[in-house]
Amino acid sequence: MELLSGGEMLMRALKEEGVKLIFGYPGGAVLHIYDALYRQDTVEHILVRHEQAAVHAADGFARSTGDVGVALVTSGPGATNAITGIATAYMDSIPLVVISGNVPSHLIGSDAFQETDMIGCSRPIVKHSFLVRSIDEIPTVMKKAFHIARSGRPGPVVVDVPKDMTAPSEKRIFDYPETVQLRSYTPAQKGHAGQVRKALDLLLGAKRPVIYAGGGVILGNASDELTALAKRLGHPVTNTLMGLGSFPGSDDQFIGMLGMHGFYEANQAMHQADVIFAVGARFDDRVTNDPKKFCPNARIIHVDIDPASIQKTVSRIEVPLVGPVKTVLKDMSELLVQLDEKPNLEALENWWKTINGWREKQGLWTGDRFVRGKKIMPQDVISTLYEVTHGEAFVCSDVGQHQMFAAQYYKFNKPRRWINSGGLGTMGFGLPSAMGVQLAHPDHAVAVVTGEGSIQMCIEELSTCTQYNMPLKIINLNNGALGMVKQWQDMQYGGRYAASTYQDSLPDFVKLAEAYGHVGMKVTDPSELKSKMEECFSMKDRLVFMDIDIDPDEHVYPMHIATGSMKDMILSKTERT
Amino acid sequence: MSPGALSRVVGLFSQRGYNIESLTVAPTEDPSLSRLTVTTIGEDAVIEKITKQLNKLIDVIKLVDLTEGEHIERELMLIKIKAAGAQRAEVKRTSDIFRGQIVDVTLSQYTVQLTGTSDKLDAFIEAIGPTAILEVVRSGVSGIARGERVLSV
Ligand SMILES: Cc1ncc(C[n+]2csc(CCOP(=O)(O)OP(=O)(O)O)c2C)c(N)n1
Ligand SMILES: [Mg+2]
Repeated sequence: MELLSGGEMLMRALKEEGVKLIFGYPGGAVLHIYDALYRQDTVEHILVRHEQAAVHAADGFARSTGDVGVALVTSGPGATNAITGIATAYMDSIPLVVISGNVPSHLIGSDAFQETDMIGCSRPIVKHSFLVRSIDEIPTVMKKAFHIARSGRPGPVVVDVPKDMTAPSEKRIFDYPETVQLRSYTPAQKGHAGQVRKALDLLLGAKRPVIYAGGGVILGNASDELTALAKRLGHPVTNTLMGLGSFPGSDDQFIGMLGMHGFYEANQAMHQADVIFAVGARFDDRVTNDPKKFCPNARIIHVDIDPASIQKTVSRIEVPLVGPVKTVLKDMSELLVQLDEKPNLEALENWWKTINGWREKQGLWTGDRFVRGKKIMPQDVISTLYEVTHGEAFVCSDVGQHQMFAAQYYKFNKPRRWINSGGLGTMGFGLPSAMGVQLAHPDHAVAVVTGEGSIQMCIEELSTCTQYNMPLKIINLNNGALGMVKQWQDMQYGGRYAASTYQDSLPDFVKLAEAYGHVGMKVTDPSELKSKMEECFSMKDRLVFMDIDIDPDEHVYPMHIATGSMKDMILSKTERT
Repeated sequence: MSPGALSRVVGLFSQRGYNIESLTVAPTEDPSLSRLTVTTIGEDAVIEKITKQLNKLIDVIKLVDLTEGEHIERELMLIKIKAAGAQRAEVKRTSDIFRGQIVDVTLSQYTVQLTGTSDKLDAFIEAIGPTAILEVVRSGVSGIARGERVLSV
């Protein structure tokens, strides 16, 4: 029997959970934990420069691997700095365990130095949280925290630990539980067989089907199952922003991303569909446009692990199917083979003809939907990035126009390669999340697609990258403005750029990168774009900051016409559907 | 019930824009469990959303919508009423009609205890009238299913 302090218990629990890497920042309330960390060698700790980045890095680690990401922060400002990171993970259902220190138990509630009610602050943005009340409960709390974070619909779990719970002098028996008992929490293990059958019948009878696959497919590790079923059915597949990579982007059956800045062909197909097969997608407002006008002729099947996702925004779900996407899709494929029934091939052929017509007319990948001039076009930057990295890079994005261009023009053939804050839309996510991705995949090219606005929100992490040799490739689409804001101001506010430009105050990013010990590159000439990008990626063990001046006037299109249906889109500065 | 668990339930309502008409909470015969009765108003679709979201809370062990079947709702009210002179007999009479009990008496006031449905308590308040009422405290609704249906965990 082993006696351990609370701090040691936390470290041992991480080891038991297979955690090798955590991200954090020390402070008074977690010093005992840091000392326990120092005295062990299983768990490596990455010292970030801001707690928000610790959580984003853990998040990037989790998104790219499927494992639970772990962050460790101190009480008070450490905990509140972590909040944006936790909310980001919550909105995208990312499994995290965030350990926050707190003031000693007897001081809780006294407005003690660096006290904050972390359980209260984080309540609406966590899957669950624990306040440790006795040292003995640390092993069970940690076991539960990891279980809850990774099972069912994943999400962040906060474990708030008052300082006295980790005192080195207080040792208790450490016995890590093998199983978890949570009588109130039993995520579905399998979809209802009758519903599986109904769903399949609907799909087989469909004349104009669309498979609408979201981030749940990636979270549920069901890309292979989705691809297999889609191939058997021969149906077109569209992905949400979060679902990119769940179905191979360069496959002919892929009709692009859907939604606000989605592909014309994807949005038209959704609107005209007679059957929509939603898998691990949540009918987000950035997808549906006006939910009352959503896909008027479609009969809808919705597979989701979370019953609360079903009928949440669009209420016309004909076949709800609660269960893990992986087993549901597998069950459907198996049943399809057994039934030996064919989809309606003739109807499908016609449907594909219509879709290909849309593709040719307006598809982003079938023609140039933008005008080239003397300036570098953001779309070309992403296409070049795709070419130079052979579509194999991890692409971590920030938030803004550059994010949408990346989603539109990089074809993701594998899951977990496209890392972005879809739900919360957190500027500042790109760089720190990429750190987590790079550490999890040391031999892989990891690109950060960012803007001069977003990158400045966590730019301090360039220092972390120096300390731990993270050879990220930062692709800064510099349009000298908060481009996405400016686009809306162009479109809706008569070009009045309220607080969306910087009046010549931007730093020299090349010098800035160099100041941190990295390589900086400036690109202004379209003819140099490709060679410079190749040069950038050839520096395998250096972080390279490519500051690329792009056309500042470019807008992201297509774009939904607000309050319209999915098919209603602005196609360029001069065309509408 | 741990304050943490209660705040998760209450927080869910405010976070998602649902309203709470009343809320009662107390430990059950199993001290590790509390039972809450929440009354809320909304269309079926909204009630379904509330139900699903509440069920997602790790602390929530079981949830039933009592209005889906026959059920009993009761609320307790304590009400201080002016009762001087001629009013005194009148208050007593009204209280008797509603099967209330006078549980405290001063020279000028009665405190009446009343249980029943919320409608009945409302009706009593109306019958007494605003000028005579000095203070009202209501427990909020507690509910249980009729017949042999039992909520067990
Ligand atoms: C933390 C945060 N604050 C504000 C916003 C609102 N917002 C969305 S996009 C955007 C502009 C982003 O500018 P930049 O990073 O330069 O990207 P661009 O759109 O120019 O490509 C802003 C301010 C946000 N998403 N996140
Ligand atoms: Mg910009």
